[in-house]
Amino acid sequence: MYKIVAKKTLAPAIHEYDILAPKVAKKAKAGQFIIVRVDENGERIPLTIADFNREAGTVTIVFAEAGYSTKKLAQLNAGDAIQDFVGPLGVPSHIEKFGKVVMVAGGVGVAPVFPIAREMKAAGNQVLGIMGARNKELIFWEDKMKEACSELLVTTDDGSYVRKGFVTDVLRESIEQDGKPDLVMAIGPLPMMRAVANLTKEYGIKTMVSLNSIMVDGTGMCGACRVTVGGETKFVCVDGPEFDGHLVDFEEQLMRSRQYKTEEQLALNRGGCGCGGGGKCHG
Amino acid sequence: MAKQIIPKKHAMPHQDPQVRAKNFSEVALGYTEELAVAEAGRCLNCKKPLCKQGCPVSVDIPEFIALVKERKFDEAAKVIKRTNALPAVCGRVCPQENQCEKFCIVGKKNEPVAIGRLERFVGDYIINKEEVIEKAEPTGYKVAIVGSGPAGLACAADLARLGHSVTMYEALHTPGGVLMYGIPEFRLPKAIVQKEIDNLKKMGVEIETNAIIGQIASLDELFKEEGFDAVFLGTGAGTPYFMNLPGENLNGVYSANEFLTRSNLMKAYCFPEFDTPIKIGKKVAVLGGGNVAMDAARTALRLGAEEVYIVYRRSRAELPARLEEVEHAEEEGVKFLFLTNPTKYLGNDEGWLTGLECIKMELGEPDASGRRKPVPIEGSEFVLPVDVAIVAIGQGPNPLLTKTTPDLETNKRGNIVADELGKTSKEGVYAGGDVVTGAATVIKAMGAGRTAAKSIHEYLMSKSQV
Repeated sequence: MYKIVAKKTLAPAIHEYDILAPKVAKKAKAGQFIIVRVDENGERIPLTIADFNREAGTVTIVFAEAGYSTKKLAQLNAGDAIQDFVGPLGVPSHIEKFGKVVMVAGGVGVAPVFPIAREMKAAGNQVLGIMGARNKELIFWEDKMKEACSELLVTTDDGSYVRKGFVTDVLRESIEQDGKPDLVMAIGPLPMMRAVANLTKEYGIKTMVSLNSIMVDGTGMCGACRVTVGGETKFVCVDGPEFDGHLVDFEEQLMRSRQYKTEEQLALNRGGCGCGGGGKCHG
Repeated sequence: MAKQIIPKKHAMPHQDPQVRAKNFSEVALGYTEELAVAEAGRCLNCKKPLCKQGCPVSVDIPEFIALVKERKFDEAAKVIKRTNALPAVCGRVCPQENQCEKFCIVGKKNEPVAIGRLERFVGDYIINKEEVIEKAEPTGYKVAIVGSGPAGLACAADLARLGHSVTMYEALHTPGGVLMYGIPEFRLPKAIVQKEIDNLKKMGVEIETNAIIGQIASLDELFKEEGFDAVFLGTGAGTPYFMNLPGENLNGVYSANEFLTRSNLMKAYCFPEFDTPIKIGKKVAVLGGGNVAMDAARTALRLGAEEVYIVYRRSRAELPARLEEVEHAEEEGVKFLFLTNPTKYLGNDEGWLTGLECIKMELGEPDASGRRKPVPIEGSEFVLPVDVAIVAIGQGPNPLLTKTTPDLETNKRGNIVADELGKTSKEGVYAGGDVVTGAATVIKAMGAGRTAAKSIHEYLMSKSQV
């Protein structure tokens, strides 16, 4: 069992947990993810590593309540424990001195962007952070991001905080005013990453995106996280999670991300198991 | 006076096909004591038993069968356990018809002795009994076992018995590897695997779950930081192969690994009681003809699919699955489309699978494998309307560990290179099972685990003499 040592609610239905997992904390690197199983009946869900503290032995995860399992996870409190917490998984972000790097974060994407931005800055890059959310209420970790980036620009879809507009609007302005950066990295909802990739393609700027696909084991065993990159099938869990945004088939990823919509509803409305004592449930 | 031989094996009691096709309880119910003793009576107790040669771990087959005949079941178990730590598992999943039973002298003119069923009977007989485990004095050496599937379990058991301190690392949350995530409950009840794992724990084997070696610790760190003296790699063949056909990433197309893991390990058959969902599908196509394909097809049926097809490019005679599994699948209503090869997946606008385009095949000249090569019949394409497809055409080695261990030699397929004793290119590192040989059987992996255990023991003992 893995103890939740701290819980913060960052925004409506967005939570931050520090999980005691010393072995994972010791090895965690920016860009990697972990897999959580809330309890004995739980499914295995991948979540990106938002931060880690090697001395305290903790790993920070930030998640939005989206489906049944994240809602279940959200019900836990500091002092409670999670059944399984496995990682670090995936290939760490490639960090080097590129020159100018733009880190674009959409919604909950701020959390995984933060440790990468920090590393990029430490490697001597000039880091421009662009973070966006639907509205003011959903903005979090602005302070942490300010520290991790050389400069931070914030935007809200509805204009309720700082300025009105999408992260792509801010990115375009920045490119037009200050010229092309050496690398853009975007993490957030699929449509947002697709929009960023489409924009940077126009300018020919290398762009990385981090995918959070449906997974089971996270070790290359099930193939649930398949993604077409440049016409080839890759597994997000072992080949990613980061890929060249100009080569990712976002349409396919969007459709794959909706695979269990019906089942999510069923789980949320939770009935009996349906086997009627017929022996399907082998405990 | 020639002994009268009963020509056929004593039949195995089974759950009725119509009933069992709707539940996950075990299909074959096992011999009763009477049936076991009677079947043991069919053994000729040959002076030069050939059956033993057909067993990858050389179980003393005539010796244990003679003890069953005398109703000395505990002693029979001891005989088997000398060479096979998991009789209840092997008695269920070994391809006996291609191993021990293939060489049985009785089988020359009649049906061979049901060695597998007898092994299972003995395994089940002792499974709930407190066993006295004989262990050597502690040697002070520490061995890490990476992967808790059949190879790792067998290796761990032998090393623990020899007095070494053993820690087993498992990437998933439950130890057992393919026995837990791959083979369905109706063929191998999980309680039996659990029992075998509990026995290992009683022998002092430590099991660390959720621990992915390569990610959480490198092999070098296992030696330097964790103080291990040797490492065994039994990480198996866990990477699913796909056919690279158009539309393969449509929703509804599963690898058999995913489909079976969702059902077996995550208990998706009890969704939403358990949280992991699975697409059941009304019409399901399973691509491939091995045991994994049979398992996937029969699982789909039990989950409630209306029609389940096995799509296989050769004919029935070439099916690589065990005959018993093929027969069980047929009895339960799985439909076989032989000499049929998938060419493309068809989908709708929302990205869901709607059909599988296939082409009819005919058998031509023998190929490199010696089997007649399937050749497409031009213009014979047809569409099989399905909403779920399960790809069961094989698995490759898991890449996680080898990717992070550059000084461990692998071949072009990604398999770890190890000699016949399990020794790899890296000092103190041994490997065995599917990660070395490519996907094979449970018993072969166990055999490799045992061979490696012997090598590791010799390596450690020679170290002490220096």
